Amino acid sequence: MIGLQHYLTLSAMLFVLSIAGIVINRRNLILLLMCIELMLLAVNFNFIAFSRYLGDDTGQVFVFFILTVAAAEAAIGLAILVVLFRNRRSINVQELNTMKG
Amino acid sequence: MNLTDYISAAPEMILLVLICVVLIADLFIDNEHRVATFWLSMAALAITGWSILATAPIERVVVFDGSYVSDPLSQILKITAVAFVALAFLYARDYLRANDLHKGEYYLLGLFGLLGMMIMTSANSLLTMYLGLETLALSLYALVAIDRNSATAAESAMKYFVLGAIASGALLYGISWIYGVTGTLKFDEIAAVIAAEPDLNNLPLWFGLAFLIVGIAFKFGAVPFHMWLPDVYQGARTPVTLYIASAPKLAALAFTVRILVDGLGGLQDVWADMIMVVAVLSLLVGNVIAIAQTNIKRMLGYSAIAHVGFILLAIFCGTDKGYAAALFYTLTYIVATAGAFGIVILLSRRGYEAESLADFKGLNERSPWFTLMMMFLMLSLTGIPPFIGFFGKLNVIDAVLSSGYPGLAVLMVVASVVGAFYYLRVIWYMYFEPAEDQAVLQASADTRLVLSLNGVAVLGLGIVPGWLWALCTQIALSIR
Repeated sequence: MIGLQHYLTLSAMLFVLSIAGIVINRRNLILLLMCIELMLLAVNFNFIAFSRYLGDDTGQVFVFFILTVAAAEAAIGLAILVVLFRNRRSINVQELNTMKG
Repeated sequence: MNLTDYISAAPEMILLVLICVVLIADLFIDNEHRVATFWLSMAALAITGWSILATAPIERVVVFDGSYVSDPLSQILKITAVAFVALAFLYARDYLRANDLHKGEYYLLGLFGLLGMMIMTSANSLLTMYLGLETLALSLYALVAIDRNSATAAESAMKYFVLGAIASGALLYGISWIYGVTGTLKFDEIAAVIAAEPDLNNLPLWFGLAFLIVGIAFKFGAVPFHMWLPDVYQGARTPVTLYIASAPKLAALAFTVRILVDGLGGLQDVWADMIMVVAVLSLLVGNVIAIAQTNIKRMLGYSAIAHVGFILLAIFCGTDKGYAAALFYTLTYIVATAGAFGIVILLSRRGYEAESLADFKGLNERSPWFTLMMMFLMLSLTGIPPFIGFFGKLNVIDAVLSSGYPGLAVLMVVASVVGAFYYLRVIWYMYFEPAEDQAVLQASADTRLVLSLNGVAVLGLGIVPGWLWALCTQIALSIR
């Protein structure tokens, strides 16, 4: 029988995976944006599992809001990415280092 | 859902409608007459401010099925946020015009950000809070990148975006755990559940709380989640930095107080320790690293981190006095910081972005009046009497002492002394170093007047701080 703890474990694994992806990846910004999406989806998983477990719909409503916001966030992130690429001709994470101190 | 619900949320609805009006009107305004967008935005702000005052409730009103709250705290934060957004627009106008950035976007994104802040200050559930937070954050990401031809602006926008998205991810993960344990998203109900069941399964709740603290620390720019702040302050155009440095701090305060006090007040023993660690680190790191800066915007960024340490330490006390001190400190800090960035804006000219501390050398020979204003602002940030910054610090130290933490009070005093070095260095440069550049600061009459009022305000408020403190105390008593 698959219970709440299995869903929570899977969601925690996805969450850690996305953090690891952000920390380890030093090359490509697009990969970074994908990791951020994965992170939000891991949270959604958690919400749905809890919502089902508690028999309360609020968690599922929250998921719809997160999905909407994630779409807006991705749009702005990609727009900034385009601006960055036009100015730099590169989307390498390691090159984001002109400001120091 | 009845009429009271709509009246309580009327300022936000009115602002949203007005933003749409400005957005459409801006399409029909050509570049030469772009200043019309500025005046339309100012009118929108004036109407919103009026509606906040007109709908101010005498006591706490919870509407929309418990998702939304209108109380004295939200009223004062909203009205102050409107005032500081208006201030940012005014300081920005001439700069944007001189630098070919005078498009409607600055004002529109600023207004959308304000809408997000107003929703945050009135949020009574984690869902409302999250939506307000994202409305603000998404506007700010776009604002930072508003200068499309600047590589540094794009870089800082990207850093802000990525770190901000990670922080909201962590926040959401925390929210999901709080929801899972308590079964609700509304602050009142969360507080009731925690109060009713002292033996509630605590470990998952603490786990969620730790993630919420990450989100809060990020929004405030507190160490160790401060990495975005200096880069954004430096990389963004100065009017954008001014916007980010002033009003959103009010929203961050509301964010913290609503979640930690309204919602999770029952877990105060747990969160107080976490907040204290973050606050102490912010105080130390902010003040020490600011000394090494040669860029004024970056220096003010690190100084913001240090000031956040004070605000968080006041919240850490967990007493009414502490909350009053946090509110007082935030209100007075943003007066000084908005003025300081206003002067930095004036220092820039067409094609020349004044950013270096060296740009302040010999300013007294060129513009003695603005130099005097900058001195007032710097002294207020340092915390020297009779300027208002002194009373902010005094109230926080007093609150910490009366909660029984003399060690923290000593630390705050030492940190302020360290911080004095870099503020006083600006004054030294302005008065005692020879000028490298002879240009006189140019400002239109209205900017000159408001900037002067801004500078004099830190002195005036410092001479009569009693009424503001009384107001803050009264508001703190209304926080549950």
